[in-house]
Amino acid sequence: MKRTAIIAACLGALALVPLVLPGYNTTLVTEMLIFATLAMSVDILAGYAGRTPLCHGAIFGVATYVVLYYAGVAGGNVWLAVLLGVAAGTLTAVVFALLAIRTSGVYFLLLTLALGMIVWGVCLRWTSVTGGENGIRGAVKLAWMMDRASFYYFVLAVTAVMTLAMWRFVTSPFGLTLRGIRESESRMRTLGYDVPLHLFIGFTVSGFFAAMAGALYAFYNSFVSPSTVALAQSVEGLLMAIVGGVGTLFGSIIGAAVIIALENIVSAYTERWSMVLGFLFIFTMIFAPEGILGKTRMLIARRSAAGARSSTATGS
Amino acid sequence: MSMTAFQALNGLTFAALLFVVASGFTLIFGLMRIVNLAHGALYLLGGYIAFAAAMHGANFFVAIAIAAAALAVAGLFVDRVLLRFVKGHELRQVLLTLGVAFVLNDLALVIWGGDTFTVPVPEFLRGPLQIGGLVYPRYRLFVLLAGSLIFAGLWLLLNKTRLGALIRAGVDDAEMVDAMGIDITRVFVYTFMLGAALAGVGGALGGAFLSLYPTADSEILVFSLAVVIIGGRGSLTGAAIGALFVGMLATFGQVWFPELAYFVIFGPMAILLAFRPLGLFGRAA
Repeated sequence: MKRTAIIAACLGALALVPLVLPGYNTTLVTEMLIFATLAMSVDILAGYAGRTPLCHGAIFGVATYVVLYYAGVAGGNVWLAVLLGVAAGTLTAVVFALLAIRTSGVYFLLLTLALGMIVWGVCLRWTSVTGGENGIRGAVKLAWMMDRASFYYFVLAVTAVMTLAMWRFVTSPFGLTLRGIRESESRMRTLGYDVPLHLFIGFTVSGFFAAMAGALYAFYNSFVSPSTVALAQSVEGLLMAIVGGVGTLFGSIIGAAVIIALENIVSAYTERWSMVLGFLFIFTMIFAPEGILGKTRMLIARRSAAGARSSTATGS
Repeated sequence: MSMTAFQALNGLTFAALLFVVASGFTLIFGLMRIVNLAHGALYLLGGYIAFAAAMHGANFFVAIAIAAAALAVAGLFVDRVLLRFVKGHELRQVLLTLGVAFVLNDLALVIWGGDTFTVPVPEFLRGPLQIGGLVYPRYRLFVLLAGSLIFAGLWLLLNKTRLGALIRAGVDDAEMVDAMGIDITRVFVYTFMLGAALAGVGGALGGAFLSLYPTADSEILVFSLAVVIIGGRGSLTGAAIGALFVGMLATFGQVWFPELAYFVIFGPMAILLAFRPLGLFGRAA
């Protein structure tokens, strides 16, 4: 009951954003929502399956490229472009998954990093299609999305549905199996679970949501270049998931909001965002690897444990 | 025919450079289980420092030495000041070095800007050299020689010295070495400094023929990753063979399929890894 109240309050607050924070701030929150979807998709793998990926920027970017190419350059139908973009992103994830599921730990991280770099290299060099460094520009927004607030509500609706879908996914029996694999792969194997198959499906589902975020980003940005599929994008997605709290799903929303807000504030004063991002990574790893939501939950748990202890002390 | 020979030499010299960079990476990875994603940034920093030293009138070889020394100190800092906080957490270590890479790159951008620089080489290494019917740049042959010498030097270090024996023992079982009463932490520090210094030397060598620019670090990092993934963690021979493999594929891939050059390198690597997750020469920990 309490949870429903919190979710309703959050949704209500988000619905009020265009009224309370008009103008550029609405656009900013729109961006946060898109990246929240990306960060949550990263968290499905990093937090629940225990496989930290560095390729989600590439999956995300493939969807953005395809949407902008099909709708912008080739002049196709926008919704068909979204369908193709998400399909292309998911297919990329399928290929990555087939190659990466046999590895774990740092090897998984390295392999996904290399796979993401292939996509980056292709986008950079395949100039006849991707436009190389210049990227692709194309207006894919429909007439009714031109208005800031309408576009915001569109993204909010999609993000809400995606979040619900991801939440259902990670709390489903399948999601529990992924958590089991994270905790002990050998035990799950002994129990008769097909570990590679589960990881493959988990990776694909995670890739699907990253691709959805990428398709939304095509609407938002109307432009894509190799920097959208670059390592920095994957890194940012992962950092959002980590800052929010790996394995908390909703933490990724907080993480995305914090990182994007920070990026905007920092960019207003200096061009050194990349350095700030680096320092943020270093400090998070050293001081708060469990993230904002993870840390909060830990503190609450500690307090309630302390409360329980003191109440038993007074009771005896 | 001579064109193919020319390309083969290009591949070979590029492989020599890759070996220098990747050997440092694989030493750190092998012994300390740390995937140092700042290795590319260290390479670039080494190149810039050598360039700056050369601009201040230093001899080419002195510039290389300065780069190596500066990077060894940088390695000491990263290991002793930053990585000590996340000791034993594999993923946190990797992600921390990723943060270091971002900071170093941006720092380099602040200091040297976005322009392309080339480390100047001494007179006797400039121009072409005629071998048989083949005319080939002297400097690239020098890189090949340097790479071979570094391989020999590292082989001697690892196989003929006490420190090398400790490093090899540490690659196999660091805890056991520690239990034998040997200060493994000190061996770790030396290894990290050596690895970083090798990245610096690589940067100085590579900066003279691949030139230095802001994204050069991630390019070389990905190549070294490929080398180490193919060769296997902590294996010097693996790094050499991996470097040859990647160097050749990269060079011929660029000639034959310029638009898909990345595919040619990483396609085989990804497939290899899918079947041999620990690389050609890797052993399970």
